[in-house]
Amino acid sequence: MNGLATALITLLRRDLILALRRRQDALVVLGFFVVVVSLFPLGVGPDPQLLRSMAPGVLWVSALLATMLSLERLFSDDFRDGSLEQILLAPQPLSLLVGSKILAHWLITGLPLVLISPLLGMQLGLDGTEILTLMAALLLGTPILSLVGAIGAALTLGLRGGGVLISLLILPLYVPALVLGAGAVDAVMYGSSAQAHLSLMAALLILTLLLAPWAIAAALRIMLD
Amino acid sequence: MAEQRVQWFKFASPPNFYDLAGRLAPWFGGLAAILFVVGLYIGFILAPPDYQQGNSYRIMFIHVPTAWMSMFLYVLMAVYAAIGLIWRVKTAEVMAKAIAPTGAMFAFLCLWSGALWGKPTWGTYWVWDARLTSQLILLFLYLGYMALHAAIEDRQRAANASAILALAGVVNVPIIYFSVVWWNTLHQGASVTVTSAPTMETVMFAALLVMTFACWMYAIAVVLWRARLELLERERRAAWVLERMGEKA
Repeated sequence: MNGLATALITLLRRDLILALRRRQDALVVLGFFVVVVSLFPLGVGPDPQLLRSMAPGVLWVSALLATMLSLERLFSDDFRDGSLEQILLAPQPLSLLVGSKILAHWLITGLPLVLISPLLGMQLGLDGTEILTLMAALLLGTPILSLVGAIGAALTLGLRGGGVLISLLILPLYVPALVLGAGAVDAVMYGSSAQAHLSLMAALLILTLLLAPWAIAAALRIMLD
Repeated sequence: MAEQRVQWFKFASPPNFYDLAGRLAPWFGGLAAILFVVGLYIGFILAPPDYQQGNSYRIMFIHVPTAWMSMFLYVLMAVYAAIGLIWRVKTAEVMAKAIAPTGAMFAFLCLWSGALWGKPTWGTYWVWDARLTSQLILLFLYLGYMALHAAIEDRQRAANASAILALAGVVNVPIIYFSVVWWNTLHQGASVTVTSAPTMETVMFAALLVMTFACWMYAIAVVLWRARLELLERERRAAWVLERMGEKA
């Protein structure tokens, strides 16, 4: 048990240190998120009312795309230098080790999206409670994006054009998170409570936490077979 | 190993499946052709025009069976994928792969016929109705499955990897459906309801039933035939393939 905890923490630390050494990888994802959101007003016009009503959807779709961008590197670097094979050979359960890697991925790419979202929300004209709801929804939703996305990343490991393929595989599976996440902010905007949306989002997160690591571990075993 | 216990498993072995599918597929194909003719005759000639929608409701005889088929085939594909993944049954892997294009075709036909029905009835080809949207996402899931299968060169690995995707998809399908229903009720009121159709006459119901069976027979015939060809390709170096090809040459 102790050995397991050490292994998980070591893996988490290693991934975080690697990410700190190559800061631009995480920053590019964040930059992408900001740029995509900022491009929408240029596309649809500066009407504040329109932007405000579009804001939840725009922010959420941009968050999906930004996560998608970061997924390709989730396993591919470890795959290339052989450390992924070592992780597979480790005596600890692969699904838990994978969970540790995904936690690192979320801390590096998901959490920054949550933290920068108030700024972008304000840019699109959301007010106080709406921004808080947006942050809460993203906080519950971005781990789902990382977990489900990791299935796609594992399944496309080592394939030519894997990055494009991930989006076709994974974006349809992101629909529930998108609907609930954007719906939570919408609900507050139209004067009702976001509690139902957030509860369902939390339920979805628990379900994903339960099933996704198992699927990712199976997918990694298949692709590295 | 399993063959000794249950006779049924005999047909899981590729050569036996190949022979059986080759014998059954033409029968299913013939049955499909007959049922299509009968179903279309009942649907287009015997059934009276609807008192609200006139003749345009007849698209339903194509639309509804294709919708059912596309959803059911996805579940069936996932079941075969699971069997292939867990018990390493090669014929199940082949069946899962063979179902995908037919399911995608039904999903597309469903959307297409729905659009053609929507224009005269709702006045627009497309609305972001919950059913339409989830059907569209189902089509995307089929396309993703086929794309992943095509992208991996090693056949065994392709079968296993896409089986995981099919299973992830089948867990997600109900969640997607309910989330989309919910999204829909939030965004727009019940301006358009698909379910408000008047109760059906017996003739209409008969046509619908016959058309559904026709689609089933068609799907079975095509899937068996495609699975047969896929098995030949996968096992092209096996003795049984050479034996059977030698016979024909």
